[in-house]
Amino acid sequence: MSDHAHSPHLQHHFETPQQQFDAGKLGIWLFLATEILLFGGLFCAYAIYRANHPEIFVYAHQFLNKYWGGTNTVILLCSSLTMAWAVRAAQLGQRKLLVVLLSLTLLGAVGFLGIKYVEYKEKWEHGLLWGARFAPHVEGHGGEEPPLPKAAAPAPAPSASAPPGSFVVERSAIRPAPPGPAGTVIAAEEQEEHLEEAGIHRRPANVQIFFSIYFLMTGLHGIHVLVGMGAILWILVRSVRGDFGPEYFTPVDFVGLYWHLVDLIWIFLFPLLYLIH
Amino acid sequence: MDAHGNTHAGVGHVMRRRVLFRVLAALLILTYVTVAVTSFDFGRWNLAVAMAIAVVKASLVLMFFMHLKYDKPFNGLILVVSLALVALFIVIALDDTRHYQRNVIPGYAPEIKANTQ
Repeated sequence: MSDHAHSPHLQHHFETPQQQFDAGKLGIWLFLATEILLFGGLFCAYAIYRANHPEIFVYAHQFLNKYWGGTNTVILLCSSLTMAWAVRAAQLGQRKLLVVLLSLTLLGAVGFLGIKYVEYKEKWEHGLLWGARFAPHVEGHGGEEPPLPKAAAPAPAPSASAPPGSFVVERSAIRPAPPGPAGTVIAAEEQEEHLEEAGIHRRPANVQIFFSIYFLMTGLHGIHVLVGMGAILWILVRSVRGDFGPEYFTPVDFVGLYWHLVDLIWIFLFPLLYLIH
Repeated sequence: MDAHGNTHAGVGHVMRRRVLFRVLAALLILTYVTVAVTSFDFGRWNLAVAMAIAVVKASLVLMFFMHLKYDKPFNGLILVVSLALVALFIVIALDDTRHYQRNVIPGYAPEIKANTQ
């Protein structure tokens, strides 16, 4: 193999750098396809719950701040630009620019997770959590959140008798089926009217489903951002070392593709979670 | 213009800087549109409008930031197939849920509450 001088980056099992590059890119695209399928499961859960219980989504999305979400969208889009530009810089051998652009991309990721932290913290403090952990107690929220029914009023401290995280399916929470059509139904409606008069809008049942989906989707996305940060840091260190140039920029390109996928997922998550109306 | 106006250094396609910035501008404008559009009510089309904008944004990212426009078509095929499989998954699962009685338990599904007794 030493009969012709070839790039030190060319592995012996490839004929040409082009072939090596194409093979790697094919691999990355296959990986991205598995990522799409992974998130596809969660998008499927979202679709089913939203189709069957739209009222939960319409009600619950008001607890997400669309300005935080929008800001994060802008941050991710800008970091996608710096990443795409970084690939260009690597291809053209602009080493300093490459380092600067990768640093900016990393900064964008930090900003995104910073905002995500603020959002999660707020939800944590207000008990807007997943499944059995859902115990909302929102004060001074523009009166949007109705006062809670007596039982759940203050954040219930995990009691000694029940191990934290355990839950029971409370049959008693189901409104009993009206035995005689007329009486009970009217009573319930009257009760509702009284509540409406008092400015209390009913919270639909099972709002925790929205927050389970919200935390799963944004959480998995957040993990991808973390992994992306690790990958960007890795190529940042290598670019400071001067590993990349027109001859060899494959890692920058492939990390870039991954980073854009993270951006792509968020492009769908933002309207689906924050902009329901 | 694109094929010959661009520099080709080694393997891969080098994006023009101007194109990158125009794509970002389009993405930011579309982000603004998708937020602004929530103040209008299109009824049952709300979701469709939001998704249409998201698909345009995603296409821009795929075509330009991810180089698909200049790539081997096979990479694009992998993407399309994975999206088609996700679509198939969602459509069949969604259709399946329509074939059950909406409220098996009268009233609603049981509400799950933290055990606080």
